[in-house]
Amino acid sequence: MMQIKPILAAMRHHRAGTVLIALQIALTLAIVCNALFIIQQRLAHLSEPTGIDEASLFVIHNQWAGQSSTPQIDAQIQTDLATMRQLPAVRDASPSNSYPLRGGGWDNFITLTPEQVQPTTDGSVYLGDEQTIDTLGVKLLAGRNFRADEVGRIGLREDVFPPVVIVTRALADRLYPDGSALGKPLYAMSPTPSTIIGIVDLLQRQGVSTWDTTYAYQSLLWPMRVAEPQGLYYIVRAKPGQLAAAMREVPKALNAQNRMRIIDPKDGELSFAQVRERAYDSDRGMAILMGIISAVLLAITAAGIVGLTSFWVGQRRKQIGIRRALGATRHDILSYFLTENLLIGGIGVVLGTLLAIGINLWMVTQFEMARLSLGYVVIGVIALLLLGQASVLTPALRASRVSPVEATRSV
Amino acid sequence: MFGYYLDLALRSLRRNKALTALMVLAIALGIGASMTTLTVLHVLSGDPLPERSSTLYYPQVDPRDSAGHDSDKEPMEQVSWTDGMNLLQAKRADRQALMTGGTVAIQPTQSALDPFYEDARFATADFFPMFGVPFQYGHGWSAADDDSSARLVVISSKLNDKLFGGKDSTGQMLRLEGTALRIVGVLGDWRPNPHFYDLNVTNYAESEGVYMPLSTSQDLQLAHDGSVDCWGNGGAGPRPDHSATCVWLQFWVQLDSPAQAAVYKEFLVHYSQEQKALGRFQRPPNVRLRNLMGWLDYQMVVPGDVRLQVWLAFGFLLVCLVNTVGLMLAKFMRRAGELGVRRALGASRRALFAQLLVEAGVIGLSGGIGGLLLAFLGLWLVRQQPASYAALAHLDPGMLLTTFLLALGASLLAGLLPAWRACQITPALQLKSN
Repeated sequence: MMQIKPILAAMRHHRAGTVLIALQIALTLAIVCNALFIIQQRLAHLSEPTGIDEASLFVIHNQWAGQSSTPQIDAQIQTDLATMRQLPAVRDASPSNSYPLRGGGWDNFITLTPEQVQPTTDGSVYLGDEQTIDTLGVKLLAGRNFRADEVGRIGLREDVFPPVVIVTRALADRLYPDGSALGKPLYAMSPTPSTIIGIVDLLQRQGVSTWDTTYAYQSLLWPMRVAEPQGLYYIVRAKPGQLAAAMREVPKALNAQNRMRIIDPKDGELSFAQVRERAYDSDRGMAILMGIISAVLLAITAAGIVGLTSFWVGQRRKQIGIRRALGATRHDILSYFLTENLLIGGIGVVLGTLLAIGINLWMVTQFEMARLSLGYVVIGVIALLLLGQASVLTPALRASRVSPVEATRSV
Repeated sequence: MFGYYLDLALRSLRRNKALTALMVLAIALGIGASMTTLTVLHVLSGDPLPERSSTLYYPQVDPRDSAGHDSDKEPMEQVSWTDGMNLLQAKRADRQALMTGGTVAIQPTQSALDPFYEDARFATADFFPMFGVPFQYGHGWSAADDDSSARLVVISSKLNDKLFGGKDSTGQMLRLEGTALRIVGVLGDWRPNPHFYDLNVTNYAESEGVYMPLSTSQDLQLAHDGSVDCWGNGGAGPRPDHSATCVWLQFWVQLDSPAQAAVYKEFLVHYSQEQKALGRFQRPPNVRLRNLMGWLDYQMVVPGDVRLQVWLAFGFLLVCLVNTVGLMLAKFMRRAGELGVRRALGASRRALFAQLLVEAGVIGLSGGIGGLLLAFLGLWLVRQQPASYAALAHLDPGMLLTTFLLALGASLLAGLLPAWRACQITPALQLKSN
């Protein structure tokens, strides 16, 4: 404690160096705090569950080659489904317009009455049949599944609004917060109501963008097969542990059944692991980049502190010798440099905290980012102070070993 | 004199290798990171049609009902079939084209190829002259072909290579979706970035392989692909019919002078008023007429993550520079004795300053070269990413020059303060203490 005054006096002589180290610590703290925060957000985002049995699922993008009528296509879809469901490695299969994490797709605003002007919320629209719930592996919490006779079809440029709908818990709670959704109507940009006949647990939306985050897990299922000439997605659930076998069998069986289809050799068949990887590619890349930048920044800052302190020690050898000759112990010299570093680091982290919060507030306006939680600042402050102490240790130990004899040398 | 200073600088740098290496490495990392991210930003925010972009405009009107009127200040981002056709037929601009995207199944007859899907653009005749699309063989189509829904297509050079081995295929037939269409043109090298005329496909998508008259595509019932935005009861799925309350087409016009643009904007207001009087539009006229670059800005085509990375990289460079300033200051001050002797022997402050700046410049130059190598490595890493823009990340000569200027400027800036401080020493004091 008694040493602080002489340290401050000495710092005044090295004003430029002191300011530079403090500045460097401040900037590093500001960047690292925000980087850590971004990493945590991205990791949290990419580990959100979809609610489906990802380990056994894969998706086939089946496009039709050549044109045929809506009833012909619908009949072909039903034949395809029967073919796939027979395969030994396949547990179930269903037709759809999309699947979770596809990266956007069909979604509708939802109202509770047809006259309502402002929509209540938004729902991601999935089409499927009576096997869709089993295929996806989502849990039916209340109500019932579709019956086979309720499943219709939708052709090119047709307006079909099914009278029944299954919604996710998240959507049900948003529409009817008192928990009475079952049996109630909803209007998904449709002139006629769809009655909620079932409520399923988690089922993630097709998109994972910032816009979708507002409506996370709000999805609805309509009982329709997509009988458009462009094609559709077959969602297939393999039996446990048989994903690879099922992924080999299904395209072969489909092509053997009818060759008038195109399954792109590159992207036509995707396991859900691949779907997930694609959906969160940029998030993962960003987290890795932030991690690397933070690590390199900390390393450079540490190296800078070592360099500058070493120089100060070299410059003050004579003064250290005099202090030692006048009775200062090695420990006194060591703690002098550690305290000095702590003081400079203290100034740096105070400045850095302000800067970190400032940068975050600016990013909130620019990049749709959340507010920085103070936990990250605290972690950053502790990390940088420890880093400073650790980097100053080697030069400080060297200083403490300066012999009192140095005082008597003229050079 | 410069040679001598250079020699002195090299000697001094060699004396303390670890410190020199640290300074060079810090600058190289900072420059490398900044230049990688800046190049990506530069590539992504480029002008897709430098000669024409100032005369191309994207008109927007607002055909929605009054629901949610207060919350949406901007008109819709595409046009509906009815509005698109009305604006097209009004012919108020120098050129105008209505278009949308699609995917078509191609059944090759010429070879043993399997059928495959190809991205298509359904457009009206002015698409080619308005965007200055180059042709390798043949030509586009005429307004008369639009009117008669002529069974013809234009294909990309890539598709021509795949199907016809790169030979002139005009006059041949292309079978798609069960119909035979005559090829009238093969495009030259054309890949505008971003894919400005339809950003819904993906912002940096490759250009389409097949182009055909919009009327033909509607006749053949070819499905549209891309964004559909509906209001009211237009909620029935991604492929609306012509009367649906949905927007799914892009409409572009060419207006050769700002005065014409002002007149055209007036026309859009009148059109909206007229449609409101007819009862089709319900909101007061709400129109926009952005030019190409304005439209790209408004759509924020450059991903937020890319902008964030640029800021991050420059923050990183700043820390690296502060670090280098500190180390250089320490280094120069340590040589106070030597500098004192030089001053005493008659060197002016200016000469010392120049000498120290040469030393700083050497570090900067080495850092810059290192940074350039790191930038090449960084861009290579970017190209390995799956993002749609990845393949575009290349350093052009302009960015190369920027890199060098940035490196040199940064290190001279970093050397300025330490050199100035070191020149302030009084020679007498330094000589006495020694």
